[in-house]
Amino acid sequence: MAWVNAIIQGILTGGLYALFACGLSLMFGVMKVVNLAHGDLATVAGYIGIGIIAATHMPFLWSVPIVVLAMAVVGYVLQRTLIQAALRRGELTTLIVTFGLSMVIENGLLQFFSANNRGLGVGDNIVTASFSIGSQIQVAWLDVIIFVLAIVVLLGLQYYMSSTKYGRLIRAVADDREAAQLCGADYRHVFGVAAAIAFGTVALAGMAYGMTTVISPTTGTDTILLFAFAAVVIGGLGSLWGTLIGGIILGVAQQIGAQLNISYELLAGYIVFLAVLVIRPQGLTTRRSQS
Amino acid sequence: MSVVTDATARSEDKLRVTRSRRNVAWTGAGAIVLIVVLGAFPYYVRSGTLAIMVQGLIVLTLASMWNLLAGYAGLVSVGQQAFFGLGAYFLLIPAMHGVSPFAALPIAAVGAGVAALPLWWLLSRLRTGYFAIATWVLASAIMLFIERFQSIGGGTGMPLPGLTGYDPAVLTAYTYWAALAVAVLAIAAVYFLLRGRLGLVLTAIRDDEQAARSSGVKVGLARLLVFVVAAVGCGAAGGILAIDQLQVVPGTSGGVFSVLWTAEMAFAVIIGGIGTIEGPIVGTIVYMVLQQTLQSYNAWYLIILGLVAIAVTLFARRGLWGLLDERFSIRLFPVGYYLWAPGETRRRRRSGTGSADTPAKADVSR
Repeated sequence: MAWVNAIIQGILTGGLYALFACGLSLMFGVMKVVNLAHGDLATVAGYIGIGIIAATHMPFLWSVPIVVLAMAVVGYVLQRTLIQAALRRGELTTLIVTFGLSMVIENGLLQFFSANNRGLGVGDNIVTASFSIGSQIQVAWLDVIIFVLAIVVLLGLQYYMSSTKYGRLIRAVADDREAAQLCGADYRHVFGVAAAIAFGTVALAGMAYGMTTVISPTTGTDTILLFAFAAVVIGGLGSLWGTLIGGIILGVAQQIGAQLNISYELLAGYIVFLAVLVIRPQGLTTRRSQS
Repeated sequence: MSVVTDATARSEDKLRVTRSRRNVAWTGAGAIVLIVVLGAFPYYVRSGTLAIMVQGLIVLTLASMWNLLAGYAGLVSVGQQAFFGLGAYFLLIPAMHGVSPFAALPIAAVGAGVAALPLWWLLSRLRTGYFAIATWVLASAIMLFIERFQSIGGGTGMPLPGLTGYDPAVLTAYTYWAALAVAVLAIAAVYFLLRGRLGLVLTAIRDDEQAARSSGVKVGLARLLVFVVAAVGCGAAGGILAIDQLQVVPGTSGGVFSVLWTAEMAFAVIIGGIGTIEGPIVGTIVYMVLQQTLQSYNAWYLIILGLVAIAVTLFARRGLWGLLDERFSIRLFPVGYYLWAPGETRRRRRSGTGSADTPAKADVSR
């Protein structure tokens, strides 16, 4: 029964990891940007949430759209300025710039918020409430909500990218920037919008993480970026639903590892990541020809 | 350090190719004098200053290695802390078995290099951005793996045995000499590697990987060699840190596996000038000055370094040394070639001829 529990918990955690990963995957898919500051930006979103709630005492649910919107604006501006400037100078420049950004954000948070852990005060018993299946399995409502949220976000992204006019424009620009530009699309603006969407998911990821556990300035790199990346690699580079499968596999591996020995939790996740890298470097969901 | 042989040759009518525009015999002599002067530091410098210099030499070694990786081979690794940490542990383990830590330094370096081989096998499947994060994940996984072993300190770390008999001042001097030797060897290794076939191969890959590949250049092998050399250098630097701190502490914040080590080496390289051997040296000096002046302001020096590095990458991508080189056309470590226009002599500097030390002008964008 403990194993069934581990698998159920792992699957639910996988939703959170998919939420971490889809922004990273989207940025790479559209702009070919690997954003090394991805995790730190999620942490920033968490801190903004904590700050807003502490300052205005507004209900938690109200703060979510505000933070998502704020991060979307940050994403658009960052894409139009820093990332666009780096992109123009090449792929290695974007890496160096986003790595620099990551270190600046992390140390900035350390400077202003200290190294202490902080939780996102939801002020509701939904965080602690749970229901039980059988006698031994306890499932937290919060984990279920985050899992559902991840699926809603992925469905939304899927619908937006394939069925709306602007989503198709984003894909057109991602496929062939010059051709799209010849047809009258301003690719920089399109990139900005794509970044805004990606940062919106990043904001949700950061807040969800702040609700399930606590965040500290180093959470972004220690946890969010690395888990997001592991999920992306396991699921397959550039595949949206792959991030969910990758996230679930990572989550299940971690929970099974933790079941063996609590200190194996993270290591087990990385071992699966390495195994996928060895056996199927193109990921589990993509076909070989696409990689 | 190459002696230009045809300095007096008459060359009005034909093109000449030399290593550098200027005669580099002087810089070779200067380097030797500098090493001797630096080597004599323990005799007339306070211990406190020496300790700071040891930190600087560690950063210099790391920066030279990161420069080789990112500046010459296009491999942006943000997981070099893996080899740094492994070096520290490969020094600790022999030391626990009675080997003098100083004698164990080569073991630390070679051990990190050997560990790089299987890691390369995994990493070589990924390119640029994904390569970068994968190195980070690997560094994290290696740390978690090492923390499993309680006999070498587990997650809390371990004091380094074997150095208790030394007088503190003598130990500081020995540590300094070891750090100096590692840094000099690291820079010399990068210099001679790039002067040789590898430098040519890397330039060819950087200019056009497809063309290089189809001309029979073993692209993967060249990258593997760079990756292993960088691991050896970072491992040696990690060994020095263990000797300097008299302990090995894992962990991502403040420990040997902290990503801050990679941040420091990367920022030093970028600010000094990526893709030149001189760049990491200049960058390390800037880094140490900033760190020493801002050290009472906690994390501020890293924030400022990060912002400066971003600005330099975007607006002066060849860094401080690049600015100097553009102005004066100096090369202390010429690894490329200089093409002399017909009739051009050392005295008459023609505007527009520039320098043709191509490998040193590594293009960050590629």
